[in-house]
Amino acid sequence: MPRTALEPRFQVEYLSILDADGKLDAALEPDIPPDELKRLYRAMLLGRHLDERMVRLQRQGRVGTFAPIKGQEAAQLGSVALLRSQDWMVPSFRETAAMLWRGWPIEKLLLFFAGHIEGSQPGPNQNDLPICIPVATQLPHAVGLAYAAQYRGDDVVVMAYFGDGATSEGDFHEACNFAGVWHVPLVFVCQNNQWAISVPLKKQTHSRTIAQKALAYGFPGLQVDGNDVLAVYAATKEAVDRARAGDGPTLIECVTYRLAMHTTADDPTKYRTTEEVAEWERKDPLTRFTAYMKKKGLHDDGLQAEVEAEVSEAVRRFEEIPAPDPLTVFDHVFAEMPPHLAAQRDLLAARLRDDAAGSPDPPEERPASPPMRGQRNSRWQS
Amino acid sequence: MAKLNTVKALNLALLQEMERDEDVVIIGEDVGVDGGVFRVTDDLHRKFGGKRVIDSPLAEAAIIGAGVGMALYGLKPVCEIQFSGFAFQCFHQFENHVARFRLRTLGRFHVPMVVRMPYGGGVRALEHHTESEEQFYAHIPGLKMVIPSGARNARALLVAAIRDPDPVIFFEAKALYHAAKEDVPDEIETMPIGRAQVARAGTDLTIVAYGTMVRVAKEAADALSTDDGVEAEIIDLLTISPLDRETLVASAKKTGRVVIVHEAPRSFGPGAEIAASIMDEAFLYLEAPIRRVTANDVSFVGFARERSMLPAVPQVLAAARETLKF
Ligand SMILES: Cc1ncc(C[n+]2csc(CCOP(=O)(O)OP(=O)(O)O)c2C)c(N)n1
Ligand SMILES: [Mg+2]
Repeated sequence: MPRTALEPRFQVEYLSILDADGKLDAALEPDIPPDELKRLYRAMLLGRHLDERMVRLQRQGRVGTFAPIKGQEAAQLGSVALLRSQDWMVPSFRETAAMLWRGWPIEKLLLFFAGHIEGSQPGPNQNDLPICIPVATQLPHAVGLAYAAQYRGDDVVVMAYFGDGATSEGDFHEACNFAGVWHVPLVFVCQNNQWAISVPLKKQTHSRTIAQKALAYGFPGLQVDGNDVLAVYAATKEAVDRARAGDGPTLIECVTYRLAMHTTADDPTKYRTTEEVAEWERKDPLTRFTAYMKKKGLHDDGLQAEVEAEVSEAVRRFEEIPAPDPLTVFDHVFAEMPPHLAAQRDLLAARLRDDAAGSPDPPEERPASPPMRGQRNSRWQS
Repeated sequence: MAKLNTVKALNLALLQEMERDEDVVIIGEDVGVDGGVFRVTDDLHRKFGGKRVIDSPLAEAAIIGAGVGMALYGLKPVCEIQFSGFAFQCFHQFENHVARFRLRTLGRFHVPMVVRMPYGGGVRALEHHTESEEQFYAHIPGLKMVIPSGARNARALLVAAIRDPDPVIFFEAKALYHAAKEDVPDEIETMPIGRAQVARAGTDLTIVAYGTMVRVAKEAADALSTDDGVEAEIIDLLTISPLDRETLVASAKKTGRVVIVHEAPRSFGPGAEIAASIMDEAFLYLEAPIRRVTANDVSFVGFARERSMLPAVPQVLAAARETLKF
């Protein structure tokens, strides 16, 4: 028996439409209506500006640790823009721009990074999951959402975000495998930003691309220039159309770069060179999109000031939000509060009253002593 | 009314809930065509089809993770983990997500899912097929942990678990699957989760047990009655978490003496929490230190030694007598 090549042969494509120098491949240019282009451009400016502002707020101690997106705006917005409101978005923890696009109010994101659980609450009819911190664990959720949508016969597509580091996690592979077997309407969007904290892609995987991992699970994977919003948009459109048509999942690898630190707690100079960063700054997604918008005559000089005002206004509203009530959380552990939680809540309420009363060393409230037994000759009572 | 063993009783619960509610779906390894390795999902695939009774790929994290997604969407997944010893492959999904979505989103989402797993020893099985790990789940805020002790309460509690808006980890004792048939009513029956039951009334001593150990406790109580003239009260927990402290405390106040029996290793096990809860509210009623009869703090040793590792009637009797003499 000979050794023969199996069909089909696998192939992974790379897509780039608007390159770092602003050169456009007109044949591939997606047909995006001017209004949509303007919305995308504004969202990109807003994402970039909020990012800078958030880092400053962290440095001032007004919010906690924050994961900046600078450099990844095109990867996020070019993909999320294809979702409709009934579709679902499943983020990881570095999707500020995509979340803004999906309608998360800026102050809710501020609340999240300022340590308020309120920042994890999607709006009443918002089909988004909240920020997910354990790497890749959100991906099986996306598969389940997509399965449920398909089960109910709903016209819904699910889009899930994750990083290059996430592709080493078992949950990524399990999710891809389930998605392939179940043929669910799901688009996996990998923001390959070259780094997982200090670990570069080449230590993360020996695969030539991340996109090709999809092929092993029996669905298409496509690599795109993730700093080219047009390429991301075009690729995602294909993937979303395929999902909507019932043709199953797709993995899109957006080749991009995290221009800032991993989080505000990280010092990237320890593990990467300034030359490397400079090289990627040249490929900044915003620069080339600005040039594109100018060429199209869609550029609006007043936009930058407008998004800055929007962020400032949101920061002002955020700072007016009163300190959260510690007691509310007990209401949300279960649908019905079990007695032990009610008791713990009451203890905390008492402590809070003592704190408010300003007693220097508030005594812990104790449960009332049980009545003595009396009728028995208990050794404890002698 | 039919005489059913626990496997058939659980199957009836699944069948009737699936007939009632299209949102109930089953996911797991071999749960479909094969009906599960213990046949708990027998025939459901034929009745409801592969879209509702899903033979999933072999990957626990995705079974639970996808279950989370389905539950967030509004379905009521009943996930099966083939043996509780393999749930560490998805433990992060329980702790990180299953237990937390309600709180994390302040009630915007919740996770109405049930995870069934066979647990426990006494069936001469391999490593990872005999352990008792309820303490891990009971310790996680946001999860409910249920362990029935017989066919009838297994059926009623599974129905309750499926209807519960919050996630329920549902342990099924392998040793009880075929142990005894009980009368199980034809019409759907439920039981409240979070409530223990007095499985035997008594005045002199309280024995707290659940799952397989309820049977052991009953045998011990019968021996105490015939041989010592002592009437032990047995509290069958049924729900490990949230713990029914009220029932435990009431019984401890009445008898003043408590023995706790479980198959899980002793240290940091459910017995510790049960004892502490009783001490919190019934300390002055106690006539003797609370005793625990449990597995040793030794992991699996092979079933050839299993009998010596699992709590059995003689140890329960010894602990009870020691407590009574104190
Ligand atoms: C399961 C898990 N392990 C470790 C971490 C700590 N951690 C947070 S982000 C991160 C790197 C993630 O890299 P990647 O997936 O490439 O996403 P990026 O941060 O680049 O957006 C690590 C190790 C975590 N949050 N979750
Ligand atoms: Mg990365």
